[in-house]
Parts: sequence; structure tokens; C-alpha cells
Amino acid sequence: MIPRHFAIAMSVLLIALLGLSLYAWHMRTVAVSLPAASTDTRPLAPPVAGPTERVTLFVAHDNDGSLRAEAAQIPLPSGRQQRAEELLRALLSLYLDKSSPHALGSGAEVRSVFLVDPGVAVIDLNSAFADTHRSGVLVEELTVASLIHTISANTPDILKVKILVDGKERDTLAGHADLSAFYDVTAVNQLATQLRSGP
Amino acid sequence: MRWTSRSRSAGVPPAVRGASRPPGMGIPIVKAWALIFICIFICICICAVVVSGAPPEKHLSVYSVAANYSLPLVQREGRDYVGLLEVLEPLGKVSAKSDSRGWRLRYNNVEGDFQVGNTHARVQGRDADLGGKFLEENNRGLVPVTSLGSLLPRFLGGPATLHEGSGRLFIGSVATHFTASLSGDNPPRLIFHFTAPVNPRVATEPGALRMTFSREPLVAPASPTLTFGNKAIPSAIYSEGSGTAVVTVNAAIPVIASFSRDGRTVTISPASTPVAAGALSQTPNSSASATPPPAPAQPTPATSAAEPAPVAPARRYFAVVDASHGGDDHGETLSNTLLEKDVTVALARSLRQELESRGIPTLVLRDSDANLSVDQRAIFANADHAAIYIALHAASSGHGVRVYTALLPWGSDDRGTFLSWSTAQHAALPLSQSAANAVAAEMQRRQIPVRTLTAPLRPLNNVIGAAIAVEVAPQGSDSSQLTAPDYQQLVTSAVATAIAATRDQLGGAMRSEP
Repeated sequence: MIPRHFAIAMSVLLIALLGLSLYAWHMRTVAVSLPAASTDTRPLAPPVAGPTERVTLFVAHDNDGSLRAEAAQIPLPSGRQQRAEELLRALLSLYLDKSSPHALGSGAEVRSVFLVDPGVAVIDLNSAFADTHRSGVLVEELTVASLIHTISANTPDILKVKILVDGKERDTLAGHADLSAFYDVTAVNQLATQLRSGP
Repeated sequence: MRWTSRSRSAGVPPAVRGASRPPGMGIPIVKAWALIFICIFICICICAVVVSGAPPEKHLSVYSVAANYSLPLVQREGRDYVGLLEVLEPLGKVSAKSDSRGWRLRYNNVEGDFQVGNTHARVQGRDADLGGKFLEENNRGLVPVTSLGSLLPRFLGGPATLHEGSGRLFIGSVATHFTASLSGDNPPRLIFHFTAPVNPRVATEPGALRMTFSREPLVAPASPTLTFGNKAIPSAIYSEGSGTAVVTVNAAIPVIASFSRDGRTVTISPASTPVAAGALSQTPNSSASATPPPAPAQPTPATSAAEPAPVAPARRYFAVVDASHGGDDHGETLSNTLLEKDVTVALARSLRQELESRGIPTLVLRDSDANLSVDQRAIFANADHAAIYIALHAASSGHGVRVYTALLPWGSDDRGTFLSWSTAQHAALPLSQSAANAVAAEMQRRQIPVRTLTAPLRPLNNVIGAAIAVEVAPQGSDSSQLTAPDYQQLVTSAVATAIAATRDQLGGAMRSEP
């Protein structure tokens, strides 16, 4: 004969099992029926305060498909990694502006940049960046070249760059530009030279 | 009292406690705890299955004269549903419109009106039973799969046969039939004759050889079980499921499959029997997929990622033209009614025509709305030893044409003759750039705005021969120019002329490869 408290414990477990199953089933149905959130409307991080420095940003221009060097005066922290993050955030603030020459979707953000020795940079974008990005070979490679060339031109000794989205690997930015491998900075710099010359 | 009794036995060894327990006083505590652990384990297992074990995505395989393709099914209201527009799209000119009066579909000159939630539709003014509610999601009209057998003939004007249980739809008279006969040889050979070339995936296991037909519209013989009255090969069984047909040959001895007559005949023979000259066979005792036979004259790549690439010992096509995107991958949405995947197919067909008119054998990788991964595209191009691979893209931004070669990623892991997949293009990059420059020069000669660039665009970096991508944008701001036949021909004619002009260089380079 099974002691009463064991029978109660097992009954409670079975009821919990049934309840959890039904709840999980309900949640899965709800998840399937709801459209995936495509944008992240969180505001950008506030700019870093402190002394400003003159840096060169490589800005994509859609009208002629070019990448142009533009000088900017932005506050930069002392840490190498934080500097790289601020550089890209300054670049993104240009793209998110109303008069952007290369518009990105609202909510696009650089979550973080990791500099790993020797010579590896990892740029982590948020999902809104990729999900709202326009599709097309040229328009996507302008974004990639702009990010990588800006970071490599202002941060010495970076040899290769990996781009993640929400901390995970992703096949392409928006259907074309490959994000599955490490970018060779030398090759991207050559591409930037091609793009700087315009059509 | 019970409490006192337990307390007394606390210092007694377990074996003694168990021995001194009077019968009928309950199970030992160890057993009870084991029961609880089993319950918890079952709970965790069931929760894991419920939460993570989403049912595998179901597909509908459609076979027609125009194209063979596969479409994803969605489960709604306890039924399998499919997008009606997607079913008809590869078969002819089709458009759909959704407004306050409902969802309207036009296929060639046939019009159908569908109302959300209604179990009946009107096709050419006549009532059609759907057998379930019509649904609309994101402007996609969904109909129950079971309705296709009666609904499609209204649009197509011809028969459509649905194998509901296995998710296979036959449009028109496309079925491939087969017969099987056992030869009187010793040891015996089982010979299958098919009415059309077949290219099944072959696998062996103890006591059986299994041929899986995922691309072929194979249908059952008169009886699904064929018996031969032989101890070595007693029977063969036909079955269908998950969009495929399977023929399982039961054998008491190890057997292999060999192919002849361009894939129209498959011979099952004991593993020790020499294979007939000219036929390809699988590796004896293999438990994995065997080498498939040569593909039919104009192969349509399958949508399954598990399909092996056709093995071509010699080049059959000089150029491989790849209509980028397809299936679930729409590419860029060029306008409200225009998707990049549709434009690339039209461009690919036009380019094939232009190349073949210049005497260049050409394979179009995607000639329907099929899903094809970038790895599969590279595998097809590499397996065919094509002299040049041309990927076609379309864009709404910019003006004119962009010609791309591969921007190789960091690092290479070549090991002797084995090339790193991500940088397989490395050796052929100068040749690719030469071809891209030739295409750009021809575009300029025709006064089409053009740029040559490198791009991180797969599968350019995975192709071992010359590989370029051509992205076509309208010359002005009107995206509809991308569908204009004269503009398409202007671009594809320029590409074909450039390829023809560099034919010797491209062909010579491929011949000199090891």
C-alpha cells in the first residue's frame, strides 16, 4: 500500500505536469500566431561625456553607392574596446538621422564590440539592425564595409572582424552579405577603396 | 504508535529493518523515492517534448510538366493548409488581390473568389467546395490541402491527383510507373524498369535495400507488395510518406543497386556480382547514400538539403546560371508586387537563351520557385565542372548593373588537394575578375551603367571555377523596368556576349585544372 503522502505528492506532480503541458502548448500556439517583433524601439545609449577627439568615419551613400570618409568630433573613452563601440555608435547616429545618406531601420543598434587579441574584433548588432535592413548586394555590403572600415581605420592592429546579431551567428545581413565567416580586414579595405571611388 | 515504531528502527541496519517489517505495512521508502524520481523524469521528458519538440515541418511535393517543387504546409484548425498562390505560381501567370470583397486569384484567364472563413469559393462563377474554411494570413490565401484535388482542375483545366496521406500532388499525366522482374540468373538479379529517368537516394541496411524517390513522380504498381518467390530476393514493397516514394527491396543477401539506360533501369544484384559496364553502382555494404546515376538531361535541383549532388566526370555545361533566392527566400521586395526571386528566374531563362544561341551549353540551377541553399548551388556548380558560374540578382536601388567577384573571408584551411570550402574560389579569382571585367566592358559598350566590385556574397567564394554575380538594377527609378523583356534581354545579351568572347580563356583554364 502506497503511503498517503506519497500518493498526494505523485498526484500533485501529475497535475503539475498536465498544467505545464497545457500552458506550454498554449504558449507555443500564441507564439506561432503572433507576428515576430521586427523592430527594437529602445533608444540609443546616450553619448559618452568627456573630451572629444577627431576621428574618421566611413559613411555609406546610397545615391551613388559610395563610401566616403567624413571627419567627426566625438567624445571617446580611454578603453580600446569602449572607443570602438563609441565609434560605431557615432556612425549609426548618422545613419539613423532623418537626413541619413544610408538609412537604417529604427531601433538599429550596436550592442557591443569585443576586441580579442590577436587582431580579432567582434561586432554584435541587435536584431532590429538586421531585421529592418534593406535587402540587396550593394546596400548590404555598403553597411558591412562602413562598419568594418571605420573600426579598422581608427583601431590599429585589427586583422579580422566577425559580425554577430544578438550575440548569435547569422547567415546574412538581409539576404545577401555573408555574416557566417570572419571578414578579412585587408580585403574589406580594398573593397572600401573600390567603393570610395564611386560609380 | 507509528511514529514511535519508526523511531525505534532508526538505528537498525536497513537489511534488518526490511526483514523485520511486517507484511502489508507498505512499500519501502527507497521504492517510493524511486517512484517520485521516475515521475519527475517523466514530467521533464514530457515538458521537453511539448516545449521543444515542435512537429517536423510538413511539405507538399508537387509534380507537373512545368516543374517539380515542394511547398511548406501550415497547420490551422486541425488541418493542413497551403498557399494557393504558391501552388499555382510555377505553373503559369498568376496574381492575387485582397480587398474588402475578399481574396481574388487570377490564374491565366481563370478567376477565383475566396471569402475568409467560408468553406466554399467561386471559380469562374461556379461554386467550389473547399472542405474547410478559407484563411488569409499576410495577404496569403490558404486553402485546405484536401481541397486541391477538386480546386486545381477548375483553374488548370486538367486533372490533379492528390495523395493526401503522403503529401504528393500530381498535376496532369506526369506519373512515372515501374515494373519489376526477377532474372533467372544464379544468383538472381531484380530489374526495375521505369518509364522515365530516376535518380533515387539508395541506402542499404541488413536485409533490405531502400530507394527513396524525392524528385520523381513515382506511383505505386498494381499491388504495393511485389513477391518474387525467391529466397535471396523474396519481395519488394512500395510505400509513400512525407512527400517521397520509397521502394524497399527485401533481400537475404547483401545487394547493390546499379543504374543503366540513363537511369531508366535499376538492377538489384548480389554485392559480389560484377556491375555491368557503363553502369554506376553504390559501394557494397554501404549503409549511407549511394552514388546516384547521372542526372537526366535537364536536372531540376531538388529542394531537399539531403540530396547528393550529381557526379559528373566531365563537364556537361560550360556555364551554370543561378537564379538567386527562391522558395522561402524572396530576396529583396522590389515593389508591392515584385520579388527579387521572380526577376532572377526570368533573367536566368533569358541568359540561358542568349548563351545557348551562342553555342554555350548552359544549366539554369533554379528554374522554378524551389528552395535551394547556397551550399547546394555551389555543389551543383562544382560537380558539373562548369567553366563559369553566374549568379543573378536584382535590386531596386542604384542604377544599371553591378558585377561582383568574391570577397574572400579570412583564412584558408587548404589541405593538399582538399580546398577550404569558404575560400575554394581563391585559385580561380583572377579568372573570375577577368570575366567580370569582360562583362563590364560589354555593358559599357552598350551604354549600360556598370560597376565591378568584390562582395561578401555566397556562394561565389565556394565555387572552384570562375564565378561572378550580376546584380541588375533599373536604369531609372522605376523598378518595373526589371520585368521589361527588352531590358532583361539587353543585360543578358551583354553578359552572354562577354562570356562568349572569353570562352577560350575560361574553358582553357578549366581544362588545365588537375
